[in-house]
Amino acid sequence: MHEEIIHTNNTSKEKQNYTMLELGSTPAYGWPAFKQVVKRSLSRELFVGLWLTIKEMGKTLFLGGKHTTQYPFEKLPISPRYRAIHNMLRLLESGHYRCIGCGLCEKICISNCIAMETRYDENQRKEVSEYTINFGRCIYCGYCAEVCPELAIVHGGRYETASEQRASFSLFDDMLTPIDVLKQQQEFAGFGSVSPNADAAIKKTPLAY
Amino acid sequence: MGDTMNDNEITLKIDGKTCKAQEGEYILNVARANGIYIPAICYLTRCSPTLACRICLVEADGKRVYSCNTKAKDGMEVTVTSQEILEERRAIMEVYDVNHPLQCGVCDQSGSCELQNYTLELGVDSQSYTIADSKRETANWSSVLHYDPALCIVCERCVTICKDMMGDNALGTSPRGGSELNKELKDTMPKDAYAMWNKLQKSLIAPSNDTGSTNCSDCGECIAVCPTGALVSRDFEYTSNAWELKKTPATCAHCSSGCQIYYETKPTSISDREEKIYRVTNEWNYVSLCGAGRFGYDFENRTAAKNEEAFANALKAFKQAKAIRFNSIITNEEALMLQTLKEKFGTKLINTEAKAFQEFLTSYGASSGKTLWNGDYKEMMKNSDFIISIGSALRHDNPNVRYVFNNIQKMNKGAGLYFHPIGDSLIAGLGKNVACIEHQVNSEEAILYWILDQFADKDKLPSEINDYLASFHTKTTKTVSETVMEDVKETVVDETSGESKEVVKKVPKTIQKEIEVDSNALFDTFDAPADFADTLEKFLGKKESFALVVGEDLYFHPQAANLANLVSLVESTTDFKVAMIPPKTNSLGVALICDLDDDVTGFTIGYNEIGDFRFSALGDGDLDMPALNQQEGTLINMHKRVVPTNAALSYGGYELNDIMNALGLGERLTIDWTKKLPIQKGFKALEFDSLPNGYTNDGIEHRGYMLEVQQIKVTASSPAKLSIKDINGDVIAYRCNPQRQFNEFTAKAHQIFEPFALYVSPAKAESLGKKVAFDMNGKELVLDVVIDEKMSGEIVKLPDFKHSSEIYAFFGKNRFKPITLRKV
Repeated sequence: MHEEIIHTNNTSKEKQNYTMLELGSTPAYGWPAFKQVVKRSLSRELFVGLWLTIKEMGKTLFLGGKHTTQYPFEKLPISPRYRAIHNMLRLLESGHYRCIGCGLCEKICISNCIAMETRYDENQRKEVSEYTINFGRCIYCGYCAEVCPELAIVHGGRYETASEQRASFSLFDDMLTPIDVLKQQQEFAGFGSVSPNADAAIKKTPLAY
Repeated sequence: MGDTMNDNEITLKIDGKTCKAQEGEYILNVARANGIYIPAICYLTRCSPTLACRICLVEADGKRVYSCNTKAKDGMEVTVTSQEILEERRAIMEVYDVNHPLQCGVCDQSGSCELQNYTLELGVDSQSYTIADSKRETANWSSVLHYDPALCIVCERCVTICKDMMGDNALGTSPRGGSELNKELKDTMPKDAYAMWNKLQKSLIAPSNDTGSTNCSDCGECIAVCPTGALVSRDFEYTSNAWELKKTPATCAHCSSGCQIYYETKPTSISDREEKIYRVTNEWNYVSLCGAGRFGYDFENRTAAKNEEAFANALKAFKQAKAIRFNSIITNEEALMLQTLKEKFGTKLINTEAKAFQEFLTSYGASSGKTLWNGDYKEMMKNSDFIISIGSALRHDNPNVRYVFNNIQKMNKGAGLYFHPIGDSLIAGLGKNVACIEHQVNSEEAILYWILDQFADKDKLPSEINDYLASFHTKTTKTVSETVMEDVKETVVDETSGESKEVVKKVPKTIQKEIEVDSNALFDTFDAPADFADTLEKFLGKKESFALVVGEDLYFHPQAANLANLVSLVESTTDFKVAMIPPKTNSLGVALICDLDDDVTGFTIGYNEIGDFRFSALGDGDLDMPALNQQEGTLINMHKRVVPTNAALSYGGYELNDIMNALGLGERLTIDWTKKLPIQKGFKALEFDSLPNGYTNDGIEHRGYMLEVQQIKVTASSPAKLSIKDINGDVIAYRCNPQRQFNEFTAKAHQIFEPFALYVSPAKAESLGKKVAFDMNGKELVLDVVIDEKMSGEIVKLPDFKHSSEIYAFFGKNRFKPITLRKV
């Protein structure tokens, strides 16, 4: 221990007490330095430090403690409010697509990427003969899902928008629930869905006559 | 005129605002003209009030009245809204919403629906009324009309417009078979809403002939006026929402009426982003379209591209051309370009229909001292109560003049005389006081002489005309039977008392009486019916404002010059306002701008016509040209108005102005020619972009500008005497297009399908069979025979909307021609 006056730009001009560490001497040339490395590497300290890692490795390898998601073979579940590639839903009873061709999504779309064609069909209904979303322009704002009066267009969880061509997932049929998995179609809970208290908020129209 | 207008001017207050109005105007129209808003559904300007919706309820001097049928009075105080009226209106809208389908998403009217608008405006957020619904099936009424009764609110606007404006009278109300209203409601709900509902529950709309199909002119005006999606065009149905369509104000290209229309466009499809016209709409409160205007819109030239080789050939053709043959479906700007070519290179200009009209106008000018007629169709429609039509097949030549003729009958308690060699049951049915006089072919001179005789101020007529007219009159005596009441004495025995009494009874007795009758030999000249004089006396009672419309038959007539002279004399010596119907779209413009020539031989350029080198907007020529829905420019319509039209669709090829530029005569743009239109002919030096094209709420037309009528020197003497040249022949053909067809462009439109055929009356069809052949200019033409049920008589109609050059050549300077038909 010794005292020293250190001139710094510190305004205090008093003597300071410092404790110096006993660090030993730093090897000054090649051979002693090499010896120091070998000594430190092979002493037990290394394994003390690695112990936790080794323990976890053992757990992962032999006790099923793996946390890695095997993307793209595995995907993490996504929030229902996530706004990715759209889904077109069907009516559960008839299997007919829900879209009525009202054109509100086309109108509200702020990036002007929805286009549809409608016609008078053989059953005197308004048929949606063509429907497309240009995903190169879509900003996934969710207005289309919010405005849809039939809950027909909703946002899904399909976030992979890489494809050989944009057209490959922008057609109506690509977004529509496949008819064979209709039973698994979930009622959408995300953006634009009916609020839980919707029924209570509606003023009823009298139907008793 | 100014003084009389001031005499009728009144002042009233609507919601505290002082409004000036003409006496006899409805409160609703006064409010609209002064920018005060009164909600109204069923009322149509220019038609009679229907009183179906009752929503235009206001308080006038403290009394509840309907503003659509209450005439404004001087000093009246009108309140548009009060608590009570608002409740009434809200109840009416609630009732309209009862059982109205809520599938606005699939309705064509959504976004431009008056039911939606008024429901929102009156804040209908809950429903207090209810009634059992009845099953209502949709129906197709014609090739264009689709009716969905579930959406119908029975405002009867379609019925009203069809009766009061179009004159087809094809629609009416039919029983709905709905449930009876609960009588208790009468005391509990607002009075007018109850009355409206009571009526609503009883009726629907249906074709008035009970066949389920309208069998009408297919004008589609009922579609235009329908406030909801109940009546829609079958072609348009479910193809587009109103808000997706871009509206381009334009002028209809098909006839000389030059109606203001909107072309509504959006991209053809998802894969084809080229704009396409989806429908045509109009300001139906102020202008009514015909079927050609509404449905004949897809005549654009799609094939056009800038083909440099064809352009080079065109320039070569222009350098060697002796003449340019064109028609009246052309803008003023293009006509001026052609006239410039004529002035520079001496190329002759040939346009058959405009030439005939030009000659007629020249003869008319030579005797009247002015370039154009004094009448105005809109004024006629508003004020006239007596109208005569001569020389026009009104149902075919110009639907809007027919609407004027009809509207005068319905709105002005008017009367009308329709002079034409071919009888027309539609015109005859326009009103009780309408007579169709099927006169002998080419006897129009006699009719005009009769008008002079009947209506002219004899002091104004030249003495030789007075003498000539007097020479037709002969006084004869005629024995007529008359019924008088005569007193007869009779002895009656009273049964109870046995007394006999003498009673005086009045008994009718027929006596013969000789009276002096003035017979007019002119009547026989135009085959007037025997009771014509009596009919006339009945028609002319209390009539004040007279209108005469003359049509194409007079321009294509062996005596055209004399007829023009007579028309001018009628205009100057009678109270008649005279108006002419130009034969085709812009015949008046072409007649004013171009110096037209007779047919010449040599190398001819055809512009939408036949020629050695063909410019065509139909897509089948040697060089493509833009059609009238692809170019900007002006047209002159029959209202003497220079109206602008705009390009609704893009065009990829060359225009006439490009040729002019290549020849060193061009302007930067076609519309740069607009301000160069000849001022000495009545045009104004205005930029195209400064020309408005629309109507304001008071119904004033702000479209382009009115042509100025120019004074010219009088050179003609009094009209010549009658010289009726009989047309003799097996069958007489009349050059006349079927309804909705006017030219090659209407023929191209996919919704207009009236064929190029021989149109005959049902009686004539029996003798002709299904197909006929005849010689036309040395070639045999085989045509189908199509029955026109509204026609009568022996004359047949041969259209000119296709092969017009040949048809015009065949007929020559007459619309009637004897032909020999062979059954095939």
